[in-house]
Amino acid sequence: MTEFDPASNSGEWAIETVGLTRRFGDFVAVNKLDLRIPPKTIYGFLGPNGCGKSTSMRLITGLLTPSEGSVRVLGMEIPAQAEQLRRRLGYMTQKFSLYEDLTVQENLRFMAQIYNLDKHRSKQLIDQQLSRYQLNERKQRLAGALSGGQRQRLALAAATLHQPELLILDEPTSAVDPENRRDFWEKLFDLCDAGTSILVSTHYMDEAERCHGIAIMEAGVKRADGPPAQLMRDLGASVVEVDGDNLRLLKQQLSELPEIVSTAQQGTHLRVLIKEEINEPETWLRTTHPELVAQRQIHQVRPSLEDVFVHCTGGENGSARQ
Amino acid sequence: MNGLNRSLQRIGAIVFKELRQLTRDRPTFGMIVMVPLIQLLLFGFAINTNVRDLPVGVVDLSHTQVARALIADLQATQVVRFSETYQTPKLGEDAIRRGQVHAVLVIPEDFGQRLQDNRPIAQWLIDGSDTMVSNALLALQQMPFASGFEAQTAVRKNTFETALFFNPERRSAVNIVPGLVAIVLTMTMVMFTSAALVRERERGNLELLITTPVHSSEIMIGKIVPYIFVGLIQMGIILGLGHLIFDVPINGRLDQLVLGVFSFISASLTLGLLISTIAKTQLQAMQLTVFLLIPSILLSGFMFPYEGMPDAAQWIAEALPATHFIRMVRAIVLRGATLDDLWPDLLWLIGFTIIGVLAAATRFKKRLD
Repeated sequence: MTEFDPASNSGEWAIETVGLTRRFGDFVAVNKLDLRIPPKTIYGFLGPNGCGKSTSMRLITGLLTPSEGSVRVLGMEIPAQAEQLRRRLGYMTQKFSLYEDLTVQENLRFMAQIYNLDKHRSKQLIDQQLSRYQLNERKQRLAGALSGGQRQRLALAAATLHQPELLILDEPTSAVDPENRRDFWEKLFDLCDAGTSILVSTHYMDEAERCHGIAIMEAGVKRADGPPAQLMRDLGASVVEVDGDNLRLLKQQLSELPEIVSTAQQGTHLRVLIKEEINEPETWLRTTHPELVAQRQIHQVRPSLEDVFVHCTGGENGSARQ
Repeated sequence: MNGLNRSLQRIGAIVFKELRQLTRDRPTFGMIVMVPLIQLLLFGFAINTNVRDLPVGVVDLSHTQVARALIADLQATQVVRFSETYQTPKLGEDAIRRGQVHAVLVIPEDFGQRLQDNRPIAQWLIDGSDTMVSNALLALQQMPFASGFEAQTAVRKNTFETALFFNPERRSAVNIVPGLVAIVLTMTMVMFTSAALVRERERGNLELLITTPVHSSEIMIGKIVPYIFVGLIQMGIILGLGHLIFDVPINGRLDQLVLGVFSFISASLTLGLLISTIAKTQLQAMQLTVFLLIPSILLSGFMFPYEGMPDAAQWIAEALPATHFIRMVRAIVLRGATLDDLWPDLLWLIGFTIIGVLAAATRFKKRLD
């Protein structure tokens, strides 16, 4: 697996954007986005719905024209060279977008012809994709009759049929059960291992954690980026878990304290993010607010990516949403 | 009672939801007002079963002052308008075949003598394919005419002799069946393609397609071609059965017919494509299709003679592919005309197709913004 280290990349970036901005009327969907994504890695856009993930992807593929800023993909200027990029790009939309009234095999043949793959080679590639994505037994089935997971595999098979150098996946697993999601990610790592650069958007933390690098986005702005492990290590807050009764009330009381970034109940305990300035969060809680935490157990825990996400996006409500 | 109230409340909820959705679908809301408004104004003024100002020609072999008086009298009826002059009856017949005029008045050399003898004084050569047109001309048969030089007041039985070409029995089916090809093709061709792109957009197929190397014009052409064959099959069914069941003659050459139909199908499909770049939903595409279909039926000359309509309605009719095709298909099927005779209509349909495909491809950018 390639170590994600943007600084060590000497050659061309797979994707590079500088000050990328897109406005729809008064609404700024993407605001001054700077990205440098190394080739042959899986890079994730993590963010809530409507944060600008899809718009960014459309700007990168040339489906939308930037209002400001520049985009370079695989060394090509976008949108000027968008047509040239199409042959080297695989794209999977959020919604299943193959033809439901064609069979699995017919859909793949159609895509092969659209990409002008020669007849003999496309037959080979289609057979290969059918077995790689476990669709062989269903190749005569109409795509509309497939299950969510099978459709997902078919969409990925179609998007990678022409062996693109860059694969862009817009929330590919939002309609898939956990087991199929796992399988799907295994396939992505296979593709990445074979040299494909992958850009994927998600709102699942566990998926984002699998990426080599991620950008956390909110309201069109990139809040943080880097490898997930590093983001968790560098989180500007401590995390403690508090248990006991009446957690809803405790949550309400803690949320009012200025030192507390956020609180979230997880089953029988409350996960509390406390600002970095507080050196020893447990001691601080016990000494400054004994009435709240008396009789309760407090553990300091390792930050998760969700903590990072919450810290980046929800934490500074006022300044975060401009 | 309580149950009834609850039911009414639920019906009310659906009614208001429906109305709210309707007011938010701007194009549909617009159609609710525009369809009756425009159609009423258009057809209230345009539809006129009284045929007027039919373009006709004259072959004057007598070259007399009285013949010119006869022409002036005929023109004064406002049924006909003498627009062409031909040297021989043969040239006049050719003009009818081409569709240049609906009829030709042949004034013989012995016109003066016939006037004296109380015989029919001249002959109308009439295109009988449109029964409404031929009826209007046949009504002129007994028009009284006196030159003022007759010995006694003329008690002529018929002023004119008539020769009805192409449809001597004056059967409506002869005229309706070829015209029906235009109407059926307008209906199906425009409908198929107008929904085609919109359907792909609604289903999400288009978002994938535009990220592939396929060009907009390739999508457009690819969407049109299959339906050309569908259209040719439909033409075959209508004319084949029309011939077998209604005994409609097929006087023209098959290659000319296929070529003519081909140009019309292409134009209709292009029109559908244009609609599909405008409409956002399949429902809107359907409404726009109907909006076009009605004038295609009523203004194209399919039901009412083109000549009976006021100028403004004729301009609208000229913009519709169906008008040009109805002229072509009747000329080819009934009068045995060839495309050489019909080049203005053919050219118009080809031009419409080319400009339409370009416009559709331009409107349909491979972008989402």
